[in-house]
Amino acid sequence: MAKAAAKKTAPVASPSVERRPALAGRSTSATGVKVEVLPPAERISLRAPEASAAALSKALGVPLPKKPKTSASKAGRTALWLGPDEWLVIDEAGNDPLADCAKVSALHSAVGISHRNIAISVAGPAAEAAINSGCPQDLSLEAFPVGAASRTILGKAEIVLLRTAADAFRVECWRSFSDYVFTFLSEGARDAAG
Amino acid sequence: MLLIRCPYCEEERPELEFRNAGEAHIARSANMAGESDDDFEKFFFIRSNPKGIIYERWRHMHGCARFFNAVRDTVTDKFVMTYKAGEPKPAKLPGASK
Repeated sequence: MAKAAAKKTAPVASPSVERRPALAGRSTSATGVKVEVLPPAERISLRAPEASAAALSKALGVPLPKKPKTSASKAGRTALWLGPDEWLVIDEAGNDPLADCAKVSALHSAVGISHRNIAISVAGPAAEAAINSGCPQDLSLEAFPVGAASRTILGKAEIVLLRTAADAFRVECWRSFSDYVFTFLSEGARDAAG
Repeated sequence: MLLIRCPYCEEERPELEFRNAGEAHIARSANMAGESDDDFEKFFFIRSNPKGIIYERWRHMHGCARFFNAVRDTVTDKFVMTYKAGEPKPAKLPGASK
């Protein structure tokens, strides 16, 4: 019986895997600020004790920042300080930071979250005001300089904020919140422009 | 908006990033099964609920995600000081008149 059933089944076609990024290509422009969805990137959530930081920094090719609210960037790879033993590593050059961490024997936990997050760029002279429409942090250049990074909130959603230039931010949010965050930022951009 | 100093982020952050996590310095017994019912009740249910200075646990939920301790005045809602989890209860509070 089992044999007959096996004969009948058609050869299994190789499964087709298609990555469908949320919100791909969406963008909004208002006077002084542009909100757009950034292309997919490789990301890992990295947790490690202080003793492992040096080995991980070497393997990743980017020094893991030790100071709160800072980030370090090198060759398309950025490490963001999220907590005393927690970093978000984003790779925009197409290399896999997970594979680099796998070579490290020092104690650490690296989890691939490339598909969990969506990145949104908010750029322009009014970018600060657009984000501040829903984020309570002080985003002035003195308090949040270029390269500063922090996990915080925007409206009701948690985001990770990275200042890439004096007038440009990268907003990382969870995929399921991306529609909300994008719409919130678009509304914020319109308000900031008006 | 209240600004709360996170001892791990080493700066004041808006209250929206934080969550209260109940009273601080409540030690869990190492021998829970051997606790008498009265002692367990005290540990589990009874909180001081003072009018004035209270020692609380707070969590920087939407930030570094760490738990820490805070000294707060329940009358004025003023945060007197914050310190890292695991550190002993401060013997003297800054600027305390009582």
